[in-house]
Amino acid sequence: MSIILQAENIRIRRGGVRVLDLPRFSIATNEKVAVVGPNGAGKSSLLLGLACLLQRESGTISFRGEPVSARGETAYRRKIAMVFQEPLLFDTTVLDNVAEGLRIRGTGRSEARDIARNSLELFKVGQLAGRSAHKLSGGEAQRVSLARAFAVKPELLLMDEPFSSLDLPTRIVLAEDLGRILHESGTAAIIATHDRIEALHIVDRLVVMDSGKIIQEGSPKEVMAQPANAFIAAFRRTTGAI
Amino acid sequence: MELILDGFLQALRLVASLDAEVMTVTLLSLKVSCSATLASLLFGIPTGTLLALAHFPGRRLVVSLINTGMGLPPVVVGLFVTIFLWRNGPLGFLEILYTPSAMVLAQTVIATPIVAGITIASIQNLPANLKLQVLALGATRTQMVRILVREARLPLLAAVMAGFGGVISEVGASIMVGGNIKGQTRVLTTATVMESGKGNFDVAIALSLILLLLSFGVNFLLTVIQQRERPR
Repeated sequence: MSIILQAENIRIRRGGVRVLDLPRFSIATNEKVAVVGPNGAGKSSLLLGLACLLQRESGTISFRGEPVSARGETAYRRKIAMVFQEPLLFDTTVLDNVAEGLRIRGTGRSEARDIARNSLELFKVGQLAGRSAHKLSGGEAQRVSLARAFAVKPELLLMDEPFSSLDLPTRIVLAEDLGRILHESGTAAIIATHDRIEALHIVDRLVVMDSGKIIQEGSPKEVMAQPANAFIAAFRRTTGAI
Repeated sequence: MELILDGFLQALRLVASLDAEVMTVTLLSLKVSCSATLASLLFGIPTGTLLALAHFPGRRLVVSLINTGMGLPPVVVGLFVTIFLWRNGPLGFLEILYTPSAMVLAQTVIATPIVAGITIASIQNLPANLKLQVLALGATRTQMVRILVREARLPLLAAVMAGFGGVISEVGASIMVGGNIKGQTRVLTTATVMESGKGNFDVAIALSLILLLLSFGVNFLLTVIQQRERPR
């Protein structure tokens, strides 16, 4: 597997506090990485930083071997997608929400809607296409948000605790569906989570963060065998299946 | 009570008979205030959006000035616009003092901070991460601004209503820069002031009722649009 994204010496400061100090991080094509850690560990800053959505103090990001310049950030973001903790759907129909990323890229309305319908079907919410996006349940809205991210056929998908606001049964089913879709599509993905279910169904590699730094990484079995801190030890107790 | 009733009946008579002078005054009121509202939207929405999204030194001061401007006394605006448009003033070369153009200019100055202030609040009230989500979808800065304004369209309709309400009802600036010239710059508010000054309370009440109906009609239309779009 070749490296799809590589980040070096990324340092990010927010509100006067260093929230990310990342000497080196990379992800291969088709790889699924879970970033775990307690609240405030820097998981969200890592994802936002990798998406070039936060101003960096230093560091470089390369995508498929090409450094991402300040001018090239929009073009880079058109090759990836990001899903946030909240669905953040637009005040339009579900179909137009999912088509938005394609419309932004200049795809014609009709073609964008066709692709959007397929993406909605992929996440089993095709029947919601004509509904107002602001009238959906939490689970439906997050499925639509994922469909919107997948509609643009990203080479890398970044997800920031996408299921944390959902109830447990919804979370389990959605995590299973997402894991299946990610593996079938071969999309590389980084998912920030402190939820064992997401990690369990999606991950090839676990990255443990604390205080803005990566303190441990490896396969789930390796990390669970030798937890680097109390948080991972507690994570292991709730992750018996790994 | 009899005075109000007479005024109401007089209003009905004036409207029903399509009184030429009343029609001229009403149409000019609409023309001036709609033009000023449109101009204030053109200036106010981009300014408000920029201030809501941008970070620069002195931003808070500018936002505070705009919020203060939301309550600009029309008579003060009228005074300064008059000075600017006066023959020897900085904009005297335009030669528009005592014309509807001057009234549009003055009313635009009144409405723009109202529109900009409500735009700032509307954009800032959007979910905190929405801007990042739009950028993460691959939007350019221009596309991001367009989408955020679209997302804030319902509260922005309130900006249109407040802007229009602010200018259709003002009298101080219109009298100062327009001069209340019959057939040229006389609008409903200035005509009402003049008629009540002459003791013609029935006509003044009639003009006031027409003004209220006009204001209600425009706001009703905008409210219908706003409520139809509102998520239930």
